[in-house]
Amino acid sequence: MSEAERESMSFDVVIVGGGPAGLAAAIRLRQLSPQTSVCLIEKGSEIGAHIVSGAVIEPRALSELLPDWKERGAPLNTPVATEDMLFLTETRSFRVPALDKFMPHMANHGNYIVSLGEVCRWLASQAEELGVEIYPGFAASEVLIENNRVVGVATGDMGITRDGKQGPNYQPGMELRATYTLFAEGCRGSLTKQVMQHYDLRKGVDPQTYGLGIKEVWEVPPEKHRPGLVQHSFGWPMDDNTYGGAWLYHFGENLVSYGFVIGLDYSNTWLSPFDEMQRVKQHPAFRKHLEGGRRISYGARALSEGGLQAIPRLTFPGGALTGDSAGFLNVPKIKGTHTAMKSGMLAAEALVDAMSTERVEPASYVQLIKESWLWDELKSVRNIRPAFARFGMKKGAVYSAIDAMLLKGRAPWTLHFRHQDNEELLAASLCEKPAYPKPDGKLTFDRLSSVFLSNTNHEEDQPVHLRVKNQGLWRTVNWDVFHSPESRYCPAGVYEVVNETSEPALHINAQNCVHCKTCDIKDPAQNIDWTVPEGSGGPNYPAGM
Amino acid sequence: MKIVVPIKRVVDYNIKPRVKPDGSGVETTGVKMSMNPFDEIAVEEAVRLKEKGVATEVVVVSVGVQQAQDTLRTAMAMGADRAVLVLSEESPEPLAVAKVLKVIVAKEDPGLVILGKQAIDDDMNATGQMLAGLLGWGQGTFAGNVEVADGKVKVSREIDGGTEDVSLVLPAIVTADLRLNEPRYASLPNIMKAKKKPLETLNVADLGVDTTRRLTIVSVAEPAERKAGIKVETVSELVEKLRNEAKVI
Amino acid sequence: MTALVLLDHEDGRIKQAALSAVTAATQFGDVHVLVTGERSVAETAAKISGVTKVLHAADALYAHEMAEPLAALLVSLAGSYDQILASASAVGKNVLPRAAALLDVQPVPDVVRIVDADTFVRPIYAGNALATVKSSDSKKILTVRSSAFDAAPAEGGSAAIEEVAAVENPNVSEFVAVHLSASERPELDSARVVVSGGRGLLSEEKFRILEPLADTLGAAIGASRAAVDSGFVSNEYQVGQTGKIVAPELYIAFGISGAIQHLAGMKDSRVIVAVNKDPEAPIFQVADYGIVGDLFEIVPELTEKLK
Ligand SMILES: Cc1cc2nc3c(=O)[nH]c(=O)nc-3n(C[C@H](O)[C@H](O)[C@H](O)COP(=O)(O)OP(=O)(O)OC[C@H]3O[C@@H](n4cnc5c(N)ncnc54)[C@H](O)[C@@H]3O)c2cc1C
Ligand code: SF4
Repeated sequence: MSEAERESMSFDVVIVGGGPAGLAAAIRLRQLSPQTSVCLIEKGSEIGAHIVSGAVIEPRALSELLPDWKERGAPLNTPVATEDMLFLTETRSFRVPALDKFMPHMANHGNYIVSLGEVCRWLASQAEELGVEIYPGFAASEVLIENNRVVGVATGDMGITRDGKQGPNYQPGMELRATYTLFAEGCRGSLTKQVMQHYDLRKGVDPQTYGLGIKEVWEVPPEKHRPGLVQHSFGWPMDDNTYGGAWLYHFGENLVSYGFVIGLDYSNTWLSPFDEMQRVKQHPAFRKHLEGGRRISYGARALSEGGLQAIPRLTFPGGALTGDSAGFLNVPKIKGTHTAMKSGMLAAEALVDAMSTERVEPASYVQLIKESWLWDELKSVRNIRPAFARFGMKKGAVYSAIDAMLLKGRAPWTLHFRHQDNEELLAASLCEKPAYPKPDGKLTFDRLSSVFLSNTNHEEDQPVHLRVKNQGLWRTVNWDVFHSPESRYCPAGVYEVVNETSEPALHINAQNCVHCKTCDIKDPAQNIDWTVPEGSGGPNYPAGM
Repeated sequence: MKIVVPIKRVVDYNIKPRVKPDGSGVETTGVKMSMNPFDEIAVEEAVRLKEKGVATEVVVVSVGVQQAQDTLRTAMAMGADRAVLVLSEESPEPLAVAKVLKVIVAKEDPGLVILGKQAIDDDMNATGQMLAGLLGWGQGTFAGNVEVADGKVKVSREIDGGTEDVSLVLPAIVTADLRLNEPRYASLPNIMKAKKKPLETLNVADLGVDTTRRLTIVSVAEPAERKAGIKVETVSELVEKLRNEAKVI
Repeated sequence: MTALVLLDHEDGRIKQAALSAVTAATQFGDVHVLVTGERSVAETAAKISGVTKVLHAADALYAHEMAEPLAALLVSLAGSYDQILASASAVGKNVLPRAAALLDVQPVPDVVRIVDADTFVRPIYAGNALATVKSSDSKKILTVRSSAFDAAPAEGGSAAIEEVAAVENPNVSEFVAVHLSASERPELDSARVVVSGGRGLLSEEKFRILEPLADTLGAAIGASRAAVDSGFVSNEYQVGQTGKIVAPELYIAFGISGAIQHLAGMKDSRVIVAVNKDPEAPIFQVADYGIVGDLFEIVPELTEKLK
């Protein structure tokens, strides 16, 4: 891996990640400054291959970026028509009345149900028309820092064998050098993590907290399809201390997006987010929508839930953080697309500004953010998620209604998160085991047949990209205390305990990984490091996801 | 010597194909498409022959829709020198493709045409053989090894239960099997460089060949799911069933 | 209507798969067959039930069933036939498309069902879908999957044998040599029987318990990814989504749970047998015959009973 043999190429701006943040930034850059060279790399085999989202999106940022998006054929085809917020008990459901009053952040009038992957593919085509160079299938694996300035990234070597040697098809990575580098890796970016550490960007802010979203796309019989229907639920099967709920959206051509989000601050080590999402489908309120249909896709992805209080310093010498990499997600709305795009657009403006004055750090970005609707929006909802964490689901809901109705988000106080998600887990002996029903193969499924539908794949002969830093710690902490929580929280069945009764050991099926990043977040001892695998590895989510 | 490598854009091999609910075909809209894996092997072989000094130029050709140019670019990133895209309907039949390729071959005058042995979408396994027939050339199909020397190409072919060596007069057709080589990655620098390599676009209508379909798709269905059979108690019972009921031993 | 079947043979033995092509051809009407090689091969062919005429091309030019001369010969004979068939074997797939191009016909490969004289069912996308296609060519050229048609009985017929003379050799190809694999064990991809092991085999050493059974059955050995990952066998044994896709007559799975990723590689086998100590293992959902029990007792017993 000698650096001498790596080729290198220079650009004005390099963008890491082709999600809504990175693509919006790329488009904005070329709109504002057509002579700026912009290179965007994406670890998925194509743009959209790794995108998992609900997704009901607010078109606000898109309309600012490309006001004629309709004429340009943007795939926003299903406007939200009806919406329900349900409180579930095991067998019944209650509709929350006057949603727009009690939970205004959950009201979706004027929004669209989309496949975010498709939206990203379309954004990429717009960016390419504007002259952005987009290279999918290449993961940035290394931040290049010289004289304390980020000067670009390097892509990973290809053709390294499982034991770390150069195989017959070895190809060294490439250095993509840039005046400015934007990190748009989405939630829990692996390079963002390094940059945050190097520049201590999280100093003085709340720890970032996360949720895990697991999603299925179903194709249902036409007579059951109600395009524009949005349904959210809370309550069963989560206990009052666990933040979570399900969604169900009818969109596109006979498609239904179904999924479940759970706060990764859950404490019961026996809990399995995957099995929770499976069993919610058995509730009459969800079952009736899916029965008679067929499941066509499956995916999972973590999302940032820390909100405003957890947003780190956004710039550093040579670049900035955008989108979910920075944590710009409106948590009560579970919407991060419009905020990701907006942050990308503002970062682009800041870069153009910095370029003209040859500043090392695009510091005006922070100012632009604080003056924008993005900041106001995040500020008004800043207390809702922490209230749930502090008071539990029911009281949290009451708090959020009061916050929304009486205080209109302008409470003079700010609630804080005190712990990282990985610190919340309780020892196995202190937790009760949930009894999950067995999959029936029609409505509910097991992990492996689910992962199959994510089309995930990784070249087998490569080093395991999930690095367990201290092998011994797994046995003493993960096994002895928590009884291998990773084998339950990983939605892709990557972690498996073998020889459970004699000499328990962790077996890692790295090929199955769908890049959700949960293990990097939730491992109790922070002992698992998610690193980028060989480029183009990972899920291949189809259209509709 | 010039080598022509015809390549096809197909649904990526990682994607589980999904039959459309109306049974009209397999879903391809919004589905990731890539170069047919056997064609990657064909491109690799051609590029290796060039690197060995046997070939002087590698020309890749695709007959298909506009987006096939991405596939051609990938082939150029692997080392092909230039590309020809013949615009036509999506996934034309082997007979039509062979006729189009015959015209291209007449123009390019290659010493070898290397194809993948079959496309992983329609699994026809016919284009190479058909092109060889139309040209009257020798065909080294299902190649596991290729050696060019003295105006001939020696091909070791994968046959049922072993291999068969044949020697063909050049120009000739070779179709690549899995074991021929392990194709290289298209590296990022090479992908960048491939953007500048020449890509010529032709229209199938201008080539004067009849590409009318001979096969029409009546319907496409998912294969019937297997049903669970029976559990037997003893090994003797199993042996008895395999012998007398299933008749497989 | 009369159909012509190209019968491929090896060392004078007509291949089983070719007999399936005869069965398929009988669905059209009269069946003639074309054989190359020794006169004795033609005599064997004449006995196949359902065959009414044997065309014997004795010329040494055709001895190795090379595509270039053989396709030319087929073209010269094609005029009298409405259908030309062969098994979807290495020979059939090599020769028939070439002949088809020369006759301006789009061949239909890998037929698994003949719906009517123009309509055929064939697998596409590696068997993940079945396409029903209708051919508008006046002459049909088909290769057929042997797993889909029973072999025609080798005895029972008494067809006339007609010698056919060689036609002009295109002279562009030459046979050099054939190397049949020396190993006792057939290749995984093409074996008639596959004996496969999973993590339940416990170790590299214990995995070898499958060898005597495989030898007895003349079977290839396969493995699940779990067994490969655990280092019991190397990855060329892997059957499944990322390994080999096999469709033998008989697939016996020992200690394999049956994750969908494995099933993707073997679910088209004709008969599946599963042995697993977990009665809930998903492999039983696709197995024709299952035994719940300890494979370390069952494998030796089965080997013994099959000897
Ligand atoms: C389950 C779920 C449901 C959601 N529902 C909604 C919703 O209904 N409405 C809404 O507006 N938002 C929703 N969101 C949030 C929204 O999806 C995200 O906020 C948004 O996608 C963030 O955009 P981004 O560009 O910052 O990151 P991402 O969309 O995550 O994109 C990052 C991209 O960068 C790539 N990448 C990462 N690291 C590297 C690297 N090192 N090298 C190269 N490429 C890299 C990734 O592959 C990915 O393509 C949801 C999120 C989840 C998980
Ligand atoms: S290994 Fe980690 S990142 Fe991959 S799917 Fe499992 S939890 Fe997610």
